[in-house]
Amino acid sequence: MDFDLTDEQRLLAESVNRFVSDRYGDFEKRKACRAEPAGYSAANWRAMAEMGLLGLPLSEEQGGFNGGPVETMLVMEAIGRGLVVEPFLATVVLGLGLLRRTETDPDLLARVAAGELTLAFAHQERQARHDLHDVATAARRNGGAWLLDGAKGVVLNGDSAGMLLVSARISGSRRDREGIGLFLLDPAGQGVTRRGYATQDGLRAAEVVLESARANLLAENALPLIELVADEAIAALCAEAVGAMDALRQMTVDYLKTRQQFGRPIGDFQVLQHRAADMLVASEQARSMTMYAAMMVQETDAAARSTALSAAKALVSRLADGLGKEAVQLHGGIGMTEEYRAGHYFKRLAMLGVLFGDVDHHLRRVVAAGGLPE
Amino acid sequence: MDLRYTPEEIAFRDELRRFFRTEIPAEIRRKVSEGRKLAREDYITCQRILHAKGLSAPNWPVEWGGQDWSPVQRYIFTEEIQACAVPQPLSFNINMVGPVIATFGSEAQKKRFLPPTATLDIWWAQGFSEPGAGSDLASLKTSARREGDHFIVNGQKTWTTLGQYADWIFCLVRTDPAAKKQQGISFLLIDLKTPGITIRPIITIDGGHEVNEVFFDEVKVPAENLVGELNKGWDYAKFLLSNERIGIARIGLTKERLARVKRLAQETPAGEGTVWDDPDFRRRLAWSEIELKALEITQMRVVAAQRTKAADKPDPSSSILKIKGSELQQQATQLLVEVAGPYALPRPDRDEEGLNLPSVGPEWADAAAPLFFNFRKVSIYGGSNEIQRNIIAKAFLGL
Ligand SMILES: Cc1cc2nc3c(=O)[nH]c(=O)nc-3n(C[C@H](O)[C@H](O)[C@H](O)COP(=O)(O)OP(=O)(O)OC[C@H]3O[C@@H](n4cnc5c(N)ncnc54)[C@H](O)[C@@H]3O)c2cc1C
Repeated sequence: MDFDLTDEQRLLAESVNRFVSDRYGDFEKRKACRAEPAGYSAANWRAMAEMGLLGLPLSEEQGGFNGGPVETMLVMEAIGRGLVVEPFLATVVLGLGLLRRTETDPDLLARVAAGELTLAFAHQERQARHDLHDVATAARRNGGAWLLDGAKGVVLNGDSAGMLLVSARISGSRRDREGIGLFLLDPAGQGVTRRGYATQDGLRAAEVVLESARANLLAENALPLIELVADEAIAALCAEAVGAMDALRQMTVDYLKTRQQFGRPIGDFQVLQHRAADMLVASEQARSMTMYAAMMVQETDAAARSTALSAAKALVSRLADGLGKEAVQLHGGIGMTEEYRAGHYFKRLAMLGVLFGDVDHHLRRVVAAGGLPE
Repeated sequence: MDLRYTPEEIAFRDELRRFFRTEIPAEIRRKVSEGRKLAREDYITCQRILHAKGLSAPNWPVEWGGQDWSPVQRYIFTEEIQACAVPQPLSFNINMVGPVIATFGSEAQKKRFLPPTATLDIWWAQGFSEPGAGSDLASLKTSARREGDHFIVNGQKTWTTLGQYADWIFCLVRTDPAAKKQQGISFLLIDLKTPGITIRPIITIDGGHEVNEVFFDEVKVPAENLVGELNKGWDYAKFLLSNERIGIARIGLTKERLARVKRLAQETPAGEGTVWDDPDFRRRLAWSEIELKALEITQMRVVAAQRTKAADKPDPSSSILKIKGSELQQQATQLLVEVAGPYALPRPDRDEEGLNLPSVGPEWADAAAPLFFNFRKVSIYGGSNEIQRNIIAKAFLGL
């Protein structure tokens, strides 16, 4: 048993945390990032590339950091703490997660690591809701090329991504596990329409419509890979939630100590002390489950891995939602305002729940598996 | 014991239902149902339609346009207006300042203010809370000093709901700085057009402009705008707040919202079927319905008890209704977010009312998360749920 970080991991955590407090310590800066055309700061993105974060999971031969789930966890926790809007999840966790395991062109990976190319994963379809194997978008071969037809929704950072990874059905019917291909697509090409929009938690996403859009095949039976990368994204989101929960709890406790009502700090009221104590219990439970997720995402037995990640997502989502609501409540009116930080954390924590499967979805999977893996 | 309405009460309800559904513009009812923002004109349109039928201020004395209804009829009115997704007559006018003026105001004040208050020709805002005075309202600092036949008001109010639409504001102000907390407070009516008043918007986490800050800098208010006696404002405020909590449970509204959640769950695809096929979801919805039924009966017990008890006697039930009612309102908004699933996320650009948009997902879905965010307020305002529990514990359990 060892919960200690290696020296390198500690250095990574320190430098990412410093980056986040420099660039996001003042909440006004986050607003400025969001106001840029892509919905995040180009300068921050370059800085993240220089720090080596954008090549985090790439091997050393690929010019990367050779980072695993623990490294991702450290970065995502810092991202959560600052409510960072740069597309690390979309480009590095999802995008590179898929691309580095399928693409043989090293130049493409290097461009991502250098911050020159961003990625997004266009998988979700409206009818599928949370089921990863539900894919209606169709792929057909036309001479040497592939053409895609269909509609993808809520593609995180899909509005600004330089390349899209797209799932599409090569064979079988809509809900078959077999026959789902993974493609690489240039969204500037013909037959691709994107509608970008802000999300409720201050990020960006897009609807993508494909009409005979030309794409390159990366993998033919890609569902197992998609499931693996979705699990990696879940582990990352859990870490983001933990960072955000920690920051929000801290903020709330500080507020309890300073806000005066009835001639004393409201933190003097025992009922609020207990509520704050429960927030700590919740964030520590979430932290433990996030470590479990980081460990289990490396599990080679895919069924065990999936069940474990579902367990983590179910618990962390539930705790994150509860803690966010409590924080707003304990702040009173000020927690309801757009100007104050706390409400933004609450919104992000609430919306994490609908990404990559909600609580019900994941709990059902744990139940179907007969409980957690040994 | 009989939990059912009498045939007369049923006829009364059916007539209201018919009236609400046929006379109130469908577009406005749709906005209420979807939890979208109403325009100022929407409130005014509805209140005037209600007024023409004698329904804008049913709780007022009959001579000022009230209805001589039984407590049960009043309850049915509130339930039905909410269940039909009709905007209720503006609470600040009808439940708050109107009854205060009618009960404690001078004859001249009644004549001057009550008719336009009923028709919304005067739109009132509530100026109680201040940055330093929330739960601890009696610590308010906004001051009014007497100079000849005027008061000079200085200070700041905050969280002023719909202040941007308001013509007048009723304020609690400190008129005796030497007196103990509750004792030096007076109830003052202030025309928002008076020089020295500045209103600034506060944007809430749902992106809406619903609350404001109101600043007073040497604002000259005629002394005749004082309601009742000098330094008795706290008593009037207590009277007002007890009225504020009437209908705060909003059972009718939650019923309507849960019915809508059910309908939309049946339409929203999920895997092989719809969200409605998910037993976990249905179980949660069922719990909300069950709790709501219990609260409805609690509310009816309160209503029935009003027939025998003095109406102004304090009662733990208003705190019970506030706590449980707010929790259920919040649950209903969260269930809708769950139905929307990933399509709760998009936040397309929109105007004040939230309508100027091609939706990204299903037409209703982009309003789900903002409403959920916005409804965190219901356990904060109107006396926070923690304060309600303090009231129950102290005033009724003797702890
Ligand atoms: C959307 C919205 C609209 C509003 N509209 C109006 C309006 O039109 N006019 C108006 O005058 N006001 C309005 N209010 C103000 C509202 O009444 C106050 O927000 C409320 O009284 C709480 O005060 P506060 O926000 O200062 O929170 P605080 O009083 O600072 O409370 C912070 C936290 O401490 C808790 N707390 C405080 N005291 C105690 C205690 N003794 N024991 C245990 N817990 C305690 C509270 O429950 C809360 O959780 C509105 C508020 C909101 C959010």
